[in-house]
Amino acid sequence: MNALFFWIFSIGMIGSGLTVILNRNPVASAISFAFTIFFMAGLFILLNAFFLAAVQVLVTAGAVMVLFLFIIMLLDITAMEHVPRRKFWMGCSLAVGLGFIYLVALTLNQTPEGAVGIDEAPNPSTVAVSTEVTAGGQTVDHTVTQSEMDLTDDTHQIGKLLFTSYVAPFEVTSLLILVATIGVIVLCKQDDRTRSAPRDEIIREAPPVEPKKETAHTR
Amino acid sequence: MDITLNHYLAVAAMLFVIGLMGVFTRRNLIIIYMSLEMMLQAANLTLVAFSRFNGHLDGQVFVFFVITVAAAEVAVGLALIVALFRLRQTTQVQDLTTLKF
Repeated sequence: MNALFFWIFSIGMIGSGLTVILNRNPVASAISFAFTIFFMAGLFILLNAFFLAAVQVLVTAGAVMVLFLFIIMLLDITAMEHVPRRKFWMGCSLAVGLGFIYLVALTLNQTPEGAVGIDEAPNPSTVAVSTEVTAGGQTVDHTVTQSEMDLTDDTHQIGKLLFTSYVAPFEVTSLLILVATIGVIVLCKQDDRTRSAPRDEIIREAPPVEPKKETAHTR
Repeated sequence: MDITLNHYLAVAAMLFVIGLMGVFTRRNLIIIYMSLEMMLQAANLTLVAFSRFNGHLDGQVFVFFVITVAAAEVAVGLALIVALFRLRQTTQVQDLTTLKF
């Protein structure tokens, strides 16, 4: 069952990833990319990363892809690329890509650690709650079997890690988001010089102004 | 056939290569940016797979940070593209050759 879903999700992910780079319509590319993200969220669920699957769908497929689509439609570049495809670069990148995949396959073949099946692998959530040191300094064994755990347990564990070991990076991330927000506002704020140019164009492109003539005649 | 760590790593490598090919072959800045995002996601898949098979949740926390930073980065990058489009009325890389030697 697990294997079947793995193949469905991974083949879907690779296929929609290929359509992202092969499609000439940017909107279709963006939608294919959203599908890639959905399939990857499926793979995350197979890997017991339920929280990250939800975050992936919400943030990447929801927010980021909507932003991409919004920009594509705002800039009105929905027209297809009529320029011919870059055959030379396509061949080069295909060669580089196949070489990279060959190297990865070679490495994976020589690592016996990678050949562990998913059922024998330790579940991260189980391992994380297995031992806990009490106030008296004794280690209490809290080994929870997978069936006892509810599905949200990895969320609890990630939250605990975020606010203990990784609290400094977490706070720095908030600073980063603040800086990014301010940066976006600064970048998109039109100053007077750039704002006046398109307005002049609009006025120039508009049909000859009639009211002015009328006022000239009347006066 | 049982699914192993190697399967996940191979799939992630393929997605990474697809993103790399997109960066090489496409000329639209927005598509290039999407391909970069795809390479980032391939790395995320690798991290989650390692986290699952090694029994540590630290990899998933790292992926959480990567997703956050990627979202911020997309916002800034798209703002740059919009500013560039205002200046040049194009998002095709072959038209942006000011720094070309």
